[in-house]
Amino acid sequence: MGLLSDPNRRRALIGMLTRLNAPICMICYMAGVAWFMGLAFEPFTLRTYMSENAMGSTMVEERFPAGERALATGREFAAHKKKTGGMPVDWLVRTMQARGLEVYTQRFSRKLPFPDEDKERYMVKGTNVYGILRAPRAPRTEALVLSAPCSPGNENNQAVGILLGLAQYFRSQIYWAKDIIFLVNEHDLIGMQAWLEGYHHTNTTGMDWSPLQGRGGSIQAALSLELSSDVVTSLDLVLEGLNGQLPNLDLANLFYAFCQKIGVLCTTQGKLPRNDWDTTSGYSHAVQTMMLMVLKQASSRPWGDHGLFLRYHIEAASIKGVNSFRPYKTDATTVGRLLEGMYRKLNNLLERLHQSYFFYLMPSLTRFVSIGYYMPAFGLLALILLLRALDLWVQLSSPPTRTTEDACPPLCPLSAPQPASPGVLSILTPLVISHLTGVALYTLPVLSQELAVEHFPVSETEAVVLTAIAIYTAGLALPHNTHRLLAGEGTEQGWKVLKLVAVLYLAVLLGCTALINFSLVFPERGLLVGVNDPGLTLLFAVFFFQELQETPVTLQEGWMLYLSVISQGILDHALYGSLLYPLAALLVYPCWLLFWNILFWK
Amino acid sequence: MAIRRLKHTRTHAHACMLQTPLDDFQEELVIRPLHSGDIYASFQFRTVWDADFMGDQKVSHYRLFPKSLGQVITKFSVRELHISFTQGYWRTMQWGQPYLPSPPGAELWVWFQDTVTDVDGTWKELTNVLSGIFCASLNFIDSTNTVQPSASFKPLGIGNVTDHSFLRYATLPREIVCTENLTPWKKLLPCGSKAGLSVLLKSEKLFHSTFHSQAVHVRPVCQDPQCRTTSMELRQTLNVVFDLHTSGQGKREWSLFKMFSRTLTEACPLASSSKVYVDVTDNPQFELSPATPLLTQAVVLGDRRTYSVYDLTQQASFGSSRSLNMLLRWKAADGEMLRPLLHSERYVAGYGLQAGEIHTLIYNHHPYRAFPVLLLSAVPWYLRLYIHTLTVSSKGKDNRPSYIHYQPSKDRERPHLLEMLLQLPPNSVTEVTVEFERALLKWTEYTPDPNHGFYVGSSVISALVPSVVAMDTNSTLDRPLFSSFFPCKEEASYFMRVYTEPLLVNLPTPDFSMPYNVICLTCTVVAVGYGSLYNLLTRTFQVDEPSPGLAKRIANVIRRFRGVPLL
Repeated sequence: MGLLSDPNRRRALIGMLTRLNAPICMICYMAGVAWFMGLAFEPFTLRTYMSENAMGSTMVEERFPAGERALATGREFAAHKKKTGGMPVDWLVRTMQARGLEVYTQRFSRKLPFPDEDKERYMVKGTNVYGILRAPRAPRTEALVLSAPCSPGNENNQAVGILLGLAQYFRSQIYWAKDIIFLVNEHDLIGMQAWLEGYHHTNTTGMDWSPLQGRGGSIQAALSLELSSDVVTSLDLVLEGLNGQLPNLDLANLFYAFCQKIGVLCTTQGKLPRNDWDTTSGYSHAVQTMMLMVLKQASSRPWGDHGLFLRYHIEAASIKGVNSFRPYKTDATTVGRLLEGMYRKLNNLLERLHQSYFFYLMPSLTRFVSIGYYMPAFGLLALILLLRALDLWVQLSSPPTRTTEDACPPLCPLSAPQPASPGVLSILTPLVISHLTGVALYTLPVLSQELAVEHFPVSETEAVVLTAIAIYTAGLALPHNTHRLLAGEGTEQGWKVLKLVAVLYLAVLLGCTALINFSLVFPERGLLVGVNDPGLTLLFAVFFFQELQETPVTLQEGWMLYLSVISQGILDHALYGSLLYPLAALLVYPCWLLFWNILFWK
Repeated sequence: MAIRRLKHTRTHAHACMLQTPLDDFQEELVIRPLHSGDIYASFQFRTVWDADFMGDQKVSHYRLFPKSLGQVITKFSVRELHISFTQGYWRTMQWGQPYLPSPPGAELWVWFQDTVTDVDGTWKELTNVLSGIFCASLNFIDSTNTVQPSASFKPLGIGNVTDHSFLRYATLPREIVCTENLTPWKKLLPCGSKAGLSVLLKSEKLFHSTFHSQAVHVRPVCQDPQCRTTSMELRQTLNVVFDLHTSGQGKREWSLFKMFSRTLTEACPLASSSKVYVDVTDNPQFELSPATPLLTQAVVLGDRRTYSVYDLTQQASFGSSRSLNMLLRWKAADGEMLRPLLHSERYVAGYGLQAGEIHTLIYNHHPYRAFPVLLLSAVPWYLRLYIHTLTVSSKGKDNRPSYIHYQPSKDRERPHLLEMLLQLPPNSVTEVTVEFERALLKWTEYTPDPNHGFYVGSSVISALVPSVVAMDTNSTLDRPLFSSFFPCKEEASYFMRVYTEPLLVNLPTPDFSMPYNVICLTCTVVAVGYGSLYNLLTRTFQVDEPSPGLAKRIANVIRRFRGVPLL
């Protein structure tokens, strides 16, 4: 600190920083991106390991025998589902009761703000059925959840079958220390949201649900099973939840440990772990896996039914069965044994899962990057903003026509003479206007859908999306010459002050967001340099995501996808409380408008 | 061997009856087949002794009454003592009402004699002594979990004490009950586990159950109908429920051997009565063998029940095989259970680690009668209740409690105590909600497993429930018409206690995995980074002239004297 309190040295340091600003920023940027790309390089990452003692050394035996019977139950479920044309509530209640569970149902209904064209629903009404296996000699204080969705069509019947098979098998065991809740939820996430809100008696999204009659205390962990075939080639682990939240890494470790033990192929992001890290293809495989995770996290939406549990501090993951063309298959008994093993280990937990990491990225299922390793990459990028801000600050506080060197050392703007200081008003006006535009972008699309549908030949969903795009584009034209009305000709000082404000705003915004959801920030800043526009970023992300998933799309399809992504984003916010849409509309977009404004200052 | 010696002392006692007080021992087992297919067995061992523990003469000659307990009663001037250890939660909706309710974990409540001056000190000592006797962590009972209920726990024995300053009540919801608690409990029995019903109490079977509860109740009772003198009654009870699926292999068929892996061969020779009751009210649904001609009817928990009685003091009960192993076999699996009139449910609502809400739901399933209940909840201090948010509602309407006793908590000293008298409308759910804030504990106050959560003990609902027998005014079953006009029949209402679930609440917990690193790093960052930056920001900088040399200063002093301008 002696360095900064000595005015001479401070001047020298700041002089250097301003003189070499551009090169330093360049170096920071390159270093940041290189650091990030290095995270996928295997020698730089750590192997996953089980941190939780209660799950580590105590081995359990898996004895679940009844895979075939579970599949038969699944087929029976499918038949009843087809007959009732929806959730076969009565059949499920009877079946669960016959297996010795305490069975309860919950009805719920929800009217979406506008029709969801992807899933073809608007007025949603449904019933969740859940059965509680009461642990012997436990006082209903802790519970574990196993859920399977009741999906339309022929999806996930096997998952329900295995769920019921496991329920029957688990019921005859004495070793349970936590209640186990077997949940079959209708309308995937909406049903899950209703059930979780009912369980915790909260109402964050204005949904109608009937109160739950039976509970099992505080839920310690949850798994959601999705399985649509009798045999699987591999099981895929989905971790990304609402707002980019992740479950404790130990849950992923547990899954991996049992896949290894039982001999099931396991993947994350649909990608198998590979050993050839030293080849280009091996490295790009790891980068793809990691980028997929980053993009999924950035989308802030739950990528499986487990995603909503995370808000309630319940560690949860989805396990999806994948049936591809590989010759080696795994049957339902093995899947059941895998789940049995996981539940027995979770049952052994003395405390909530807390030993391992909550913030991590996974370049493969066996490797992870913890927050301590990936944050420096963001730090380097954030440093650029601060350096730019410092440069502007110095330029502002020491005008080029300086009379004496000593009259005002840098960093003391209070004593600095500011002859042509722009009024507060000229800075405040663009700030206010751009934020009002943001508010309009946030509220108007949903509010004005009826109006739009009346006057234009579009559906409600299209109306919402197109209104959003219209407001977004209109915002570009709106505010950028207000200062002329207020302060006459735009001054050099004016745009610099505005830019300083905008840069600092962006730095604070990104810093705060990075703490919550790193993935939301880094790709935008790091990989899309220059294209700071949130709309274009999203468009680019859509194409990039499709590319990574090895399902490239044409421009036309990409555009349609882009539109549906926007509508899904708005729906996610309304239905589950995802924060991406308000964050983008109320903060990121106004911030970007400020930069837009600077561009048109003169 | 031990029994023979005891028998010998008994005859000896008969010989000198004049100076030895009378004592009596009874044992009893009730088996109730439950509608869920599970089976409920309830043991009761009762010792009554006409001794005056509080008298001037020191009681020192013990026979049937356990000496360890007798000494405790004398030393700590205990009027009544009730202690229970329970593993599991009684499922009222599946199993109906238990004969003796108890909350999960350990529960202890004691009425002291009014001669005790330092009740808190005596209570502290008593819990420590009991902790030793029962091998339980009762020594964890301290002022932070002890309350003095004003209305919910009245003395069960005779005596009309109403000053609740002599009452102490505490629960330990975390207490785990296992064999080390069962062994000392069995040692209190006159026959130990060697003869009589107590041979069935083998831990490997008792702890292979879904519910296990053992209790000791000591209270003064009347010696004779005139109640001129009192006797001390010791009741040891043990309740156990065996599960259909885990213990019964899913078959609706139970026998004594299947339940306890033992059969009965004799009564305890010291017992004046030794009986096994089997609830056969729902007899068409199951058959009982060997059949017994002895039937008895009783109104239990407001319902008229029929029991088959096996008297173990009679050799005939054991039949030719000299062992009694009754077998219950269901013929039909279904059948509606009488819905319990009162049951409750409790949970924590909300998410996040800052605030929350405790919901207590109390169900009155009586079709047309309203009845009052007393709700007691003791909440630890680290959940700071916002008592102004307390709401009580039934059927969507506000339901004002007619009596509220609230004692606020003191941090680290005493818990919240909330007692309310509520009127439950017929066929309704009454919801009691109160918001709370989670306190941040000092780092030494966390348990070794802080991420497990912290327990809040069960709430207690005490009620006089209208009897089901009194409910059916239409029934003229086996009774003359003149006796059944007024609905107020035998036992129009009965006393019942319902315990809610304990709660497990997570408190904001620091990362204990590496506290040292975290503390050091944080302190360093704060001290170095923030401190010096703050210093820089608040300091004003001035350009200072370098200080003049010594010669110049001396010259200036001279110049000042001369009155000429300084150099």
